[in-house]
Formats: sequence, structure tokens, C-alpha cells
Amino acid sequence: MTPGTPPANAPAADTPAIETRGLTKRFGDVVAVDGLDLSVPRGSIFGFLGPNGAGKTTTLRMLTGLGRPTAGTASVDGVPIDAGGLRLAERIGYLDQDPRFYGWMTGRELLELAGRAYGLDGEPLAARVEQVLETIGLSEAGRRRISGYSGGMRQRLGVGQAIVARPGILFLDEPVSALDPAGRRDVLELIGSLRGSVTIFMSTHILNDVERVCDRIAILDRGRLVTEAPIDELLARHAKPVIEIDPEPGQDAVVGALVERLTEAAWSREVRQRHGLIRVTVSDAEAAAVGVLPIVVASGVRLARFERVRPTLEDVFLQLVGANGAARAAASGSGTTEGAGVTEPDAAADHERSSQRRSE
Amino acid sequence: MQGFGLLLRKELRELVRTLRLPVVLVVFALMGLVSPVVARYIREILEAAGGAQFEGVIPDPVAGDAIAQFTRNLGQFGVLIAILVTMGSVAGEKDRGTAAFLLTKPLGRGAFLGAKVVAIGLLLALATALAGVLCWVYTSILFEPLPVAGTIAAIALVWLSLVVFAAITFAASVMGPSTLVAGGIGLAALMTFGALSILPGLAPYLPTGLWSLANELALGQVPDAVLGAVMTSTGVIVAVIGLSWWSFRRQEL
Repeated sequence: MTPGTPPANAPAADTPAIETRGLTKRFGDVVAVDGLDLSVPRGSIFGFLGPNGAGKTTTLRMLTGLGRPTAGTASVDGVPIDAGGLRLAERIGYLDQDPRFYGWMTGRELLELAGRAYGLDGEPLAARVEQVLETIGLSEAGRRRISGYSGGMRQRLGVGQAIVARPGILFLDEPVSALDPAGRRDVLELIGSLRGSVTIFMSTHILNDVERVCDRIAILDRGRLVTEAPIDELLARHAKPVIEIDPEPGQDAVVGALVERLTEAAWSREVRQRHGLIRVTVSDAEAAAVGVLPIVVASGVRLARFERVRPTLEDVFLQLVGANGAARAAASGSGTTEGAGVTEPDAAADHERSSQRRSE
Repeated sequence: MQGFGLLLRKELRELVRTLRLPVVLVVFALMGLVSPVVARYIREILEAAGGAQFEGVIPDPVAGDAIAQFTRNLGQFGVLIAILVTMGSVAGEKDRGTAAFLLTKPLGRGAFLGAKVVAIGLLLALATALAGVLCWVYTSILFEPLPVAGTIAAIALVWLSLVVFAAITFAASVMGPSTLVAGGIGLAALMTFGALSILPGLAPYLPTGLWSLANELALGQVPDAVLGAVMTSTGVIVAVIGLSWWSFRRQEL
């Protein structure tokens, strides 16, 4: 195979880059991944979200051939993972969440080793390694031994070794978790620059990063798929509008009354006050648009700012994972109240859809 | 075995860069040098240290003493070094995650193991040959010239015995949970073969029996039965390497 070109017997362009059906992984009694159904379109940057221990890394390890599913099937670029071996490896690049390489090698030598593994050699390899070193900002450090690299440099080198042979599909496990803000920005820009040319399957629990670069996301919680959709669609579907009211300081009495009135409003779902800022999550956006200003005006509170804010992915994530936690607590009868106050019918619907797909 | 050549080059370069190759060569060279010297001067050393009580007790040293000292040294320290250089070969890479780095690339698992086996075998071969040559030179100087062909055969048998323990440790490194456990299993194998070798009739068929055969060959003698220990040793090596490969193919990393 020539690196950077589609492998022989490459599947049609409209077939998903990654597809799983009922993918399951058990470790003894623990179900790490539970009947996962996913379809990742080609050329997308797919964010795989979940809290720690949700099963993200286990899924990635199965999809890259490092782990074996207990049940279910999956294919990567049309190659079934259980029969993948070298055919699977030719198609993918992989970055571990805590990349460790050979400390005795230089960064340049590691990229050369990775390139040669895919069949690159001679001048094309040298040119490509030079290009990748520049892209990941290690042109100078490429001559030094990896044992002297910082965590961030190792992470960037990890991205470099994953892309050196221009594979069609990249699996990145927490690619920016060890980086400082500048390093994170650089790597995310690098990931963003690959949009359209490769499919990127990226696990993370840093939601801001996902919003910055991903087209679609899936949320996993305790091994189960909670939802999967394009980000905009997900925000539109799940996130409740939020109104922020920022009173000028020194009006404690009237602000307290305002919070009380807002809490009592029929369209108000939740009112939080932190550091003086009032944050109102509404259940009926239209009613709130009509009703909120008269309440504020009537309260006599002087405002520094009044804004209807765009809901964030974090809001959606907490809603969905919280609702899931509440459902689990109820089902197990454990009596825990964590997340029990949050109800989210859409999340339940997503669960149903996921279950239906599995049964199909 | 896709990628075998690439991985073998990586293994050999690693041996040099991590200084394992020079360190092992120096230690083996010292064993090759010291063995004939100790055999030649042990009587003088003891007489100087212990005075008259040793006079006439210790017989005149001969070339056979130098060879026996050599195989004894390699049978102890050589085996320990073989275990040390092998114990982390796979377990260490799994621990550090470098095995996952390599094996998510188009490189076969068989090539990954094969390159390590060959590199360790070459390291031990080079070290044993160096030690054997130095032993032969010093024995020739201090005692009498030894037959070249016999010495080469003896070096080959000593190397084979080292590879047995390296192979067992390697299998433990592939199948066991950690580098430390792999080293422990290698040591346990050394002790087990040592214990078995005192059973009557069994010694000539064990890997440890290769050392006495090496002694005889180096002195130009023809041992009664060479095949037993050679076959057993080769069988053990093939079996444990095969088992390692069978296990590694199915492992999750």
C-alpha cells in the first residue's frame, strides 16, 4: 500500500468510516461497553464524550484492534475489527491517551519508524517527517531524545506519529488532556485543519474542545450510548434556553425578591444565583421571552447586563448524563439522590432509539 | 512477519543506545578473561592468604580447570544476565504502552516477537563468543592451546544453555503480568533445572547438562551423549517461543 492513498478494496465513499453494532465489552461482571451502536460519517471529526470510566478508551482499543469485543460487531473503513490485523492497521493512526515512546529515540527517529511501518522510505519519508515535525512544532526538538520531552511535547509527537503516513482514519484518545492552553489550542487547530481529509474519532471529556472542532458527537455513560448527533442538532434538541441577569451590586434586598419571583414563574425551570449573577434556565422559551422583562422591571433592580445566552454542550452533557444517573439510581433502587432532580424526556427517548437500533 | 526487518533494526539499535550491548559484552568479556586467570593462580592466591595449611593440598592447575571455571561462571552469572536482558522485553513494552504504539501500525505480532527473540539470541551469541574467545586465548597462554573446533562447539553449547533460560524468561515476559514476575520465573527455572540435575540419570538430558558437555568438547574429548541435552534444550526453546506466539496473538494490549 502507498501511504496516503486509499488501500486496495477500499469501501465506497458513502459507507460509514466506522460502524459498530451492539459492540459490547465485559471484564468479568463489569460491562465496560454495552451494546454500542455508532455510525461515523467519512471526513467527520467525531467527538466521543463521556465521564471518566464511561468506556471511551475500551471502545477505542477495540476499534484499533488492541482489544477484543465480547459481543457485537464493528468495522473500520469496511474492515471488520475481529478479522482486521494488518488490513485494519493500514487504515488507521492511533494516539494513546498517555503516549509513551522509546526514550532513547529522537522525535525524528520515532516518526521515521512510524512512517516505515506504513511503507514510506527514502526521500518521501524524509520530506514527510520534516513536514510533520514542523506541523507539530517539534522541528528543533526533533533532534533530541524523547526522554527529555515534556508531557505536551510527547502528546504532540503522538499526534505526529498518528498522521505521518496520512491514514484515512485517526483514533485520538484524549489528545489534548496533557497540554497547556497554548499546546491545546495548537493541537486542536491541527485537528481542525485535517477536517474533510481524514475521519477523526476523538475521545475526550473536555467539552470546550469538542465544541471547537467536532462536527458530531456521541455521549457515552457507563458503557451505554446516551445520544449521538451533530452538535448543533444536539444543542437544539436538548439544551434549554438560559437567561442571565447581572444586577448592579448593593441591591441585595430587591435582588432576593427578584429571584423569588423568577423561581415562581411558570416558565422557569431552575434559578441559580452565583457571585451576584442570576442564571435562569427556562422550560418554555416563548413564555419566558414575554414574561421575564416585566418581572425584572417590576422588581426595580438596576441591571448591569441582561442576556439570553446560547446553551453550551456542557449544559447538554450534564443534563443527559445526569438524567441517565437518575434513571440508574431509580432502577437499582439504591436510594441515591444524585441527579434525581433532573428529568430529561429526550434522553429517555434517545435510550429507546438506541435500544431499537440494537434490537434491529 | 510483516515488518520483521524494521523491528529487528529497532531492537538492535535499542541494544546499543540503551548501552545493554556494551555492558553485556564487557561483563561476558570479564568472565572469559577471569576464568583461566583464576584457575591458574587460585593455588598461589590461597597459599598466600592461608599460609602453610594449603601447601600441597591443591593440585597443579590444568586447562580443564580453566574451562570448568568458565562454564561455571557463565552457568551462573551468564544465565542471570540472560534473564535480566530478557525479562522486560515484552512485559516492559506492554507496561509502557510502546507495544500498543507499534502494534496499531501494519506490523505483525509475530514480527514483533520474532525481532525480539532474534535480537536477544544475537546479543547472547556475541557475548558468549567474545567470552569464549578470550577464555581460549588466556587458557592457551596460561596452560596449553585448546582445540579450536572443540572450543567453538563448547561455545555453541553454552550459548544454547543461555538461550534456554532467556526463552523461558521471554515466555514469562509475554504471558506474565509484569517484568518482575518474568524475572522471577526465569530464576525459578534456573533453580528447578539445577535441582533436577542432581537426580541420577537425568542430568545429561537437561539444559544444565550442556555445561559439562561443553567442558569435554573444549578439551578435545568426545562426550558419550551430546544429543540428549541438545534436543531437550532445543525442544524447550521451540516450545516456549511457540507458546509465547500463540498467547500473544490472542492477547489484548
